[in-house]
Amino acid sequence: MRVDIDGLAVEVAGRRLIHEVTLRAAEGQLIGLIGPNGSGKSTLLRCVYRALRPAGGTVRLDGADLHAMDAREGARLLAALPQEGQATFDFTVAEIVAMGRLPHQRGSGRASAADEEICARALARVGAGHLAHRGFPGLSGGEKQRVLIARALAQQPRVLVLDEPTNHLDIAQQLEVLALVRDSRLTVLAALHDLNLAAQHCDALYVLDGGRIVASGAPHEVLTAELLAEVFGVRAHRVRHPETGAVQLLFDRLPQRTDTPEAAPPDTPEAAPPGAPDGDGPPPPGPDGAADSPSLPSPR
Amino acid sequence: MEPTPSQATAPRTARPYEAPAPVRRLPLPPLVAALTVALLGSVVCGVGLGSAGVSWSQVVHYLTAGVTGGTLPAEDSAGYTVVWELRFPRALLAAVVGAGLSAIGVAVQALVRNALADPFVLGISSGAAVGANAVLLFGAAGALGVWALSTSAFVCALLAMALVYAAARTAHGLTPLRLVLTGTAMYYGFSAVTTLMVFSADRGEAARSAVMWLLGSLSGAGWPSVPLAAAAVAAAVLYLRLAAGRLNALAMGDETAAALGVDAGRLRRELFLVVAAVAGAVVAVSGAIGFVGLLVPHVTRMLVGADHRRVIAVAPLLGAVLLVWADVLSRVLIAPVELPVGAITAVLGVPGFVLLMRRNGYSFGGGV
Repeated sequence: MRVDIDGLAVEVAGRRLIHEVTLRAAEGQLIGLIGPNGSGKSTLLRCVYRALRPAGGTVRLDGADLHAMDAREGARLLAALPQEGQATFDFTVAEIVAMGRLPHQRGSGRASAADEEICARALARVGAGHLAHRGFPGLSGGEKQRVLIARALAQQPRVLVLDEPTNHLDIAQQLEVLALVRDSRLTVLAALHDLNLAAQHCDALYVLDGGRIVASGAPHEVLTAELLAEVFGVRAHRVRHPETGAVQLLFDRLPQRTDTPEAAPPDTPEAAPPGAPDGDGPPPPGPDGAADSPSLPSPR
Repeated sequence: MEPTPSQATAPRTARPYEAPAPVRRLPLPPLVAALTVALLGSVVCGVGLGSAGVSWSQVVHYLTAGVTGGTLPAEDSAGYTVVWELRFPRALLAAVVGAGLSAIGVAVQALVRNALADPFVLGISSGAAVGANAVLLFGAAGALGVWALSTSAFVCALLAMALVYAAARTAHGLTPLRLVLTGTAMYYGFSAVTTLMVFSADRGEAARSAVMWLLGSLSGAGWPSVPLAAAAVAAAVLYLRLAAGRLNALAMGDETAAALGVDAGRLRRELFLVVAAVAGAVVAVSGAIGFVGLLVPHVTRMLVGADHRRVIAVAPLLGAVLLVWADVLSRVLIAPVELPVGAITAVLGVPGFVLLMRRNGYSFGGGV
């Protein structure tokens, strides 16, 4: 299913965090969303899976306006893995996956035999069938993520939205999650922190900075040393993956700070430890509020 | 030492950590059937047990007569009055209140996404206490006669909820943490008002009944209390059963709920309304009976798991049985003195709860 985002604007608590974002994902494409912490990746995705309403612009699935649809109808077309991965209560894996059937159920939400069959298949597809009757809170990070992907697959969507799906996972689990996502053959929008993973797995990348798309295209076109210096504040060396030929990056700190405000965003990514939750959660400092960035101390 | 690429993407299921054991869950239909039978039996026992000696055969006889509308000889009128006018409505009310507190306990824990919440965390009970004590201690709303106490409690409970709602509401709607914090703050505020009222009233007996009311008691139960509370509880249980799937989604977080097509903000407003109405109705007739609303949802989850479709089917029945027996004990333990039923629920509940928790490896959603 095609995804067309046009002129999308998102406001949280009166502050505009996403400005005029336009993005295209063709059927079956895996689109990566990259950008430093606070650049608006999560906010943009939240709007796409309807946790936020757009202040302007549209998200269309095969031409149909997502935000004009009934919520359940939208959830039958588009599933998401938000960053929150904690359940309040002791659900089992099977119960978590069964939640994926919710948008397909009427009224009291009684699970039919068909629902159970779909859930079992979704679990098997992510290689977690043996976990069905385990408690979700006791699983490892990688297992949890597989189970949440199974829940999204049980939703039988046409589009999948992933917010940092590889956070807190070891490297094998990261590769496994991306392989699962690829194998789903769904149209996928994923925010990714790891630029090398993004370069290796995505059909196209969109770079967000201060709530705006500043570059887009194939990974090897987008991930230039200039862009990485400007947006991420790092010095990058491009190399080729010896087997896949994908562009891969090696990073260093920039040799010296450029003091022009537009080249030095207030929230340079080194300030946050790798794997820390994306600072997108509470309203991040506005793109123009360069002076006040209390949550992220300037590294230099 | 050349790594082969296929190794990298192969699923690694064998991980060096201790896998959690599969979770055992009781099958639902037999459990619900057993609890229903237990509830009916408990109500009959609740009617039969008490300080005034009425034999079991008489109890059954009077109940049958009351239900079918039969006639009784004149010498039975005293016993009939005890059974039909006092104990039966009281046992029914205990069942209704137990079911209601358990159901909204489940609702409030989903609403604030916190396993430690109970129906009174939103400040409802202490708000109702202010209203009840105004009547008990100062004879407020005297024009309403016998309805003064419950009406005043109900109105003050709803006012307290409205206040909490207004204070906790933000542009994003109701957020769980703000709700809990606001409710807790209000709880202390209203409790302080109640304390001031108790201490400034000079009537000793009134102060005693005010304390009794704060701890919860069914001693004022009679037929007039039953219909409204029963209707509110029945409607709430039905609503929660229909919303059970959405409650599951809400427990995973607002964003997951949104991705599953559930409007978390709207669901929270609905839940808030249901909790307010039932808590107000229940507190108005029985005071603030503690611990049931916290304990029963957890015991239910230990038995049947966290899926709200199962929890809502079991928790009200379990709460009803528990409160019927707690009320019986409160009447007979040191008869003719009546103990506050809230103290009995805690005395009964705490040991059982701790035992279940230790045996079951139940984690309250906390992971380990």
